[in-house]
Amino acid sequence: MRRGSLDTRAGWLTRWLRLDPFMLFLLLLVTLIGLGVGYSASGASVEQLTRQGIRYGLAFALMLAVAYVPPRFLRAWAPWFYGVGLLLLIAVDVAGEIGKGAQRWLDLGVVRFQPSELMKLAVPMMVAWYLADRPTPPRLLDVFVALLLIGVPMVLVMIQPDLGTALLVGSAGFFVLFLAGLPWRMLFGFALMAAAAVPVMWSYVMHDYQRQRVLTLFDPERDPLGTGYHIIQSKIAIGSGGLYGKGWLQGTQAHLDFLPEGTTDFILAVFAEEFGLMGVAVLLALYLLIILRGLFVATQAASSFGRLLAGAIGLTFFVYVFVNAGMVAGLLPVVGVPLPLVSYGGTSLVTLMIGFGILMSIHSHRGILGRAH
Amino acid sequence: MAVNVTKKQDEQTSPLRRYWREGLVLVLFFVAANALAWRAVHLQVEQREFLASQGDRRHERVLPIPAHRGQITDRNGEPLAISVPVETVWANPRELSQHLDRLPAVAQILGMDARKLIGDVQGQAERQFMYVRRHLPPEVGQQVRSLRVPGLYLQREYRRFYPGGEVMSHVVGFTNIDDEAQEGVERTYDEWLRGEPGARRVIKDLRGGVVEELDMIREARPGKTVPLSIDRRLQYLAYRELKVGVEENAARAGTAVLLDVRTGEVLAMVNLPSYNPNNRQDIRPEALRNRAMIDMFEPGSTMKPFSVIAALESGKFRPESPIDTAPGYMKVDRFTIRDHHNYGLLDVTGVIRKSSNIGVTKMAMVIGKERLWDLYDRLGFGHASGLGFPGESSGRLLHFRDWSGSDIATHAYGYGMSVTAAQLAQAYAVMANHGRRVPVSLLRVDVPPEGEPVISSEVADVMLRMMEEVTKDGGTGTRARVAGFRVAGKTGTARKSEAGGYASDKYVAVFAGVAPASRPRLALVVMIDEPSEGAYYGGQVAGPIFSRIMNGALRLLNVTPDDLPAGQQIARIAPEART
Repeated sequence: MRRGSLDTRAGWLTRWLRLDPFMLFLLLLVTLIGLGVGYSASGASVEQLTRQGIRYGLAFALMLAVAYVPPRFLRAWAPWFYGVGLLLLIAVDVAGEIGKGAQRWLDLGVVRFQPSELMKLAVPMMVAWYLADRPTPPRLLDVFVALLLIGVPMVLVMIQPDLGTALLVGSAGFFVLFLAGLPWRMLFGFALMAAAAVPVMWSYVMHDYQRQRVLTLFDPERDPLGTGYHIIQSKIAIGSGGLYGKGWLQGTQAHLDFLPEGTTDFILAVFAEEFGLMGVAVLLALYLLIILRGLFVATQAASSFGRLLAGAIGLTFFVYVFVNAGMVAGLLPVVGVPLPLVSYGGTSLVTLMIGFGILMSIHSHRGILGRAH
Repeated sequence: MAVNVTKKQDEQTSPLRRYWREGLVLVLFFVAANALAWRAVHLQVEQREFLASQGDRRHERVLPIPAHRGQITDRNGEPLAISVPVETVWANPRELSQHLDRLPAVAQILGMDARKLIGDVQGQAERQFMYVRRHLPPEVGQQVRSLRVPGLYLQREYRRFYPGGEVMSHVVGFTNIDDEAQEGVERTYDEWLRGEPGARRVIKDLRGGVVEELDMIREARPGKTVPLSIDRRLQYLAYRELKVGVEENAARAGTAVLLDVRTGEVLAMVNLPSYNPNNRQDIRPEALRNRAMIDMFEPGSTMKPFSVIAALESGKFRPESPIDTAPGYMKVDRFTIRDHHNYGLLDVTGVIRKSSNIGVTKMAMVIGKERLWDLYDRLGFGHASGLGFPGESSGRLLHFRDWSGSDIATHAYGYGMSVTAAQLAQAYAVMANHGRRVPVSLLRVDVPPEGEPVISSEVADVMLRMMEEVTKDGGTGTRARVAGFRVAGKTGTARKSEAGGYASDKYVAVFAGVAPASRPRLALVVMIDEPSEGAYYGGQVAGPIFSRIMNGALRLLNVTPDDLPAGQQIARIAPEART
């Protein structure tokens, strides 16, 4: 469509490093915010700041590397990623090490590795790989196969149990299916089925603690020292921020350890307390821009695989932000989803940056791919 | 983002059908973004104040600052009760039970059994507070603090220490482990002593540790020092002599009260049995009583000087007025009153010297019960001292209108009424102070009060001279003499009243007196309860104790002797001083 633009408008970043300068700028801004808030939330710990800085560095390096890989390789490797991921998931479930009461980690000796993180990317890649060359809208059989490709890893993650990641893995795959032209009748049907499945999930699939979290959402005061504690403290932290916040390093709730998981899942509450509504608005706007840029990249993609994958990555990122923000603000149940790019921690950051690497690859290689076609 | 829609389909379908997918995404997108935005506004603008105050409630605390309790000193500033800082170790068992492995080290420092401590903590694992050990020396507290065991906390407290021990305990009293006044002066003057705790506002973190001092709401105001009228030296002296006397007579209890007659100050007030306020673990309850102010007894003959004073003041009697006490007994109403011997014809002085019941009864019947009661009442019998001492008794004196036929006789020689040793000592002090009554004081008096005249000074002085006869040869109180000093006093031996009448073999032996008689300084009452070594007369039992205490007190206070053998030079070592 606008194939000539690459040569005329893009600078050396795009030409040589295969990067999307606008996206890179947004990512760096959010990363800076993340470092600042994380420093404050960790109680001004330079050690933790350094560690997080190193993680950011590694993640950006991985993004650079992935951005250099042309989408057709990604496409070719997709079934391998998926297959290996699936095997690892089974391995975790069978022989996984117990971490935080849930089986999520696979100890590879050197690093501890979370296969479910890999699946956040492998699932949409696989579904995109499968649907890219099939007729649109997808036939019933194709939809069925795609659902199977999504459902199996999703269930494996869910039984770890890690509801948050399962949700992200599932939605990533589903977004591909959706973007691949899933007819609205089927979408409607799925919605109905999902609604019907809720009571079944509630009674048979969800763990007791998960049910507690949902109940707590509607009435945090029913157990203020137990399951409601996170939400109450989080709301207090956000609320005390007010319009302009208490200022950097001035938040009391997190610094005095009243807010649990202040550096990880609940870091948004720390940010909201210290920077107020204004800060929250700026951060959400940055996220919005990242998502919109991702979707824009999708519309510009040269291949249908690229379009599907880029769109899914953008939309998954959106789910990421919304689930975390909703949870911290007491709109959604507490599920273990970190705030993307800001929460301390390595694995989810790596997955995210690889995702952005893929986005950039799709964006920067569109000319080449276009010519190849 | 209609992704795989072909050009052919593009041309065939309407825009609505072509773009529903993009539309749906955008709608969901904005619904979600709006939900978050609305929520942020809701929390950060609408609910801001509520949530912020909730936050403050979670980390702002007002902590009390304990006030240093004031000292109690004797009249010369010697400490009788002092507060020393101590550390108390307390625990949050819920938190501490996560760190049981740290407890053996703690137990070792505290000298406790590690297994028992762990058991205690586990047993209360649901609680948030338990004392581990109270009142530790600060250096031990510091050792515990340096272990930094989560869930284990220290608190600064004050422990009361009583240097005077059992000698001072009845007067000074004590506080409990929480520094709350329980007995004695500690309780009477608690308002002065306790000061006012301060308060400070702090920020605490989740574990209860103070993170930051916000502001000082008010400083702790330390309690005031309370200087007592007690002279530590005299108190020790009185206690020592009383103890010897009580042991010699195998008595149940004993009391001595020493007053400065001009100021009304209590210079010594001791009781037996006593207790050590620093170690109150197995105190017998009877040892706790400050008998001098709490216990009542029938004063017996020690009241006779006052009935005689009432007679002299009436103008109907003079010291040399004759009174016929023959034949040694008389009937009043339905009762027979007896003397020890038939003393025959006595003058008023002789009535005092011989302690004649018949003599005082006859005089009292002449002047009438109203005059007798009126004097007793003015002297303070039947009234509380006004000290506000915990448990203080006001004695018992029936109003004369309620006296029955024989009551005038019994009141004349000190039966049918009850007094405390302190009241009796005060009455003698009034006599010694030329008839002026000054309030009894447990606090040091720097400016002696004017006092109110209760007895005419002539009669009071005459009475003193009569009472000197008691300690002279032929009197009942010869053993109360003090070498070098003239002593005016009176013995008293009262049967103890029991349910249904008077006990046949239980006595209260009393000696009350003042010295030096020519220029009185001190009034002393010694009361021995139930002497059981044979002797039971006031002169025999209480007299010697009186003598020894008074002797020591006069010398310690450097009072000029007034009864040196003729011709002997009075060597004044130092000018007479009231200490």
